[in-house]
Amino acid sequence: MKGIITVIGKDSVGIIAKVCTYLAEKNINILDISQTIISGYFNMMMIIDVSGNSGKFENTIEDLKKLGEEIGVDIRLQSEEIFNSMHRI
Amino acid sequence: MISYYEVQETNKMIQEANLDVRTITMGINLLDCADSDINKLNDKIYDKITKNASNLVSVGEDISKEFGVPIVNKRISVTPISLVGGKLDTSGFISIAKTLDKAAKEVGVNFIGGYSALVQKGSTKGDINLIRSIPEALTVTERVCSSVNVGTSKNGINMNAVKKMGEIIKEMAFMTKDQNSIACAKFVVFCNAVGDNPFMAGAFHGVGERDLVINVGVSGPGVVKRALENVRGADFETLCETVKKTAFKITRVGQLVAQEASKRLGIPFGIIDLSLAPTPAVGDSIAEIFNEMGIERAGAPGTTAALAILNDNVKKGGIMASSYVGGLSGAFIPVSEDHGMIEAAELGALTLEKLEAMTCVCSVGLDMIAIPGATSAETISGIIADEMAIGMINNKTTAVRIIPVIGKEVGDNVEFGGLLGYAPIMPVNKYGCEAFIKRGGRIPAPVHSFKN
Repeated sequence: MKGIITVIGKDSVGIIAKVCTYLAEKNINILDISQTIISGYFNMMMIIDVSGNSGKFENTIEDLKKLGEEIGVDIRLQSEEIFNSMHRI
Repeated sequence: MISYYEVQETNKMIQEANLDVRTITMGINLLDCADSDINKLNDKIYDKITKNASNLVSVGEDISKEFGVPIVNKRISVTPISLVGGKLDTSGFISIAKTLDKAAKEVGVNFIGGYSALVQKGSTKGDINLIRSIPEALTVTERVCSSVNVGTSKNGINMNAVKKMGEIIKEMAFMTKDQNSIACAKFVVFCNAVGDNPFMAGAFHGVGERDLVINVGVSGPGVVKRALENVRGADFETLCETVKKTAFKITRVGQLVAQEASKRLGIPFGIIDLSLAPTPAVGDSIAEIFNEMGIERAGAPGTTAALAILNDNVKKGGIMASSYVGGLSGAFIPVSEDHGMIEAAELGALTLEKLEAMTCVCSVGLDMIAIPGATSAETISGIIADEMAIGMINNKTTAVRIIPVIGKEVGDNVEFGGLLGYAPIMPVNKYGCEAFIKRGGRIPAPVHSFKN
């Protein structure tokens, strides 16, 4: 199963590092990363493969949300299916 | 692979334009609970509901979290209770209403629909007793919703029932006069009612349905409005294409949620109801879509055409996005639940008569309309008869959910609370129809119903 992580917020040092460290700890593989800064705001999207995840998907959603609160950015993890359903026939 | 732009588009719909799945409704057949012993009947109903729907709310919440899309309501519809408790007297029916309420609270759903009777051609003793019990049943329970089907295009309209509807609406208004006649907000009168409608207050589990089923209602007026902001001033072709594309995307989310809920609950998927249903929140309003189309206020000339365009294109876009479309699939315009409609009614732009005209093209009915408490039962029956006639002649579902708020007059406002919103009291035509309503009997089926 694939998940999409979106990170939006004020840019600071180590956002990607912290997210990636968490994912590595949980044995979650990153398939794709795109990142950009729009007028000082950090925008990132990651496509991840959660099949090796050592925890439950819902827990990963919560953990990433909390991590975002610590760093001061908004981090969301959603199942890829919602995007596939909406944008692919 | 999914692009950053696509992810952003979806998340903006959810975060900024109030995209949500309005309801997952579990239909539960109760015909197999029938028993001549009232206590056994109540026990069987309670057990069947609580056993099958115990995970409904938690599954809904899990899906919502995983996909990141809100699922606003989790609800239950049951077989019309007049069929389940055919031999009961009114107190027996009220005991079932209490059981339904208790079961709804136990499983955590906010409404349970199906305290209903289907009397389009005539009433059985069970139907009559159930209808008599409705005012008290809706007063002593909190989550039970009731509906009565009084007409169909195939059978005509049961005018005895229409007369009775006016009387019981007044009765329940009086019984809950300390709570702004709230019982009336849980009661719908239908023509051409459908058995797979997931939306309240009119949901019930139809007799042609399987034992258990999952029906899903999608919404998203805010998303349509936002999409139309990008095509301001463009011609009708562009307008229609934009609504269609947006409806497709909204419906795909509903289809995904429906399939996932069906899989996780182990209950077959029934239908997706393609409807645009507002909430009192700003940015979640049908009236705002009219404004965006170029109508100054809902109710102004052009509103009926705007609504026809909107609803037709929601269907055209939505039908391709779902394997089974059903339910009401029309535009709900509960006046008290849409801040733009409320404002239009307060300004006098939107009248009861204009709302009635709007129901001819697609809107499901006169919904959540507060009228003066002094309105007579016969006038309420007259309003119902008009709406039923529109449904019967046009082969469509129409409904009336009207609230004569006891002690309130035109100029007053009434607060229903939560999703039911608030409403100004709307004026009703002061001329009567008493002699017409008192005739009794049935209106025969219309000529175009004879298609065989």
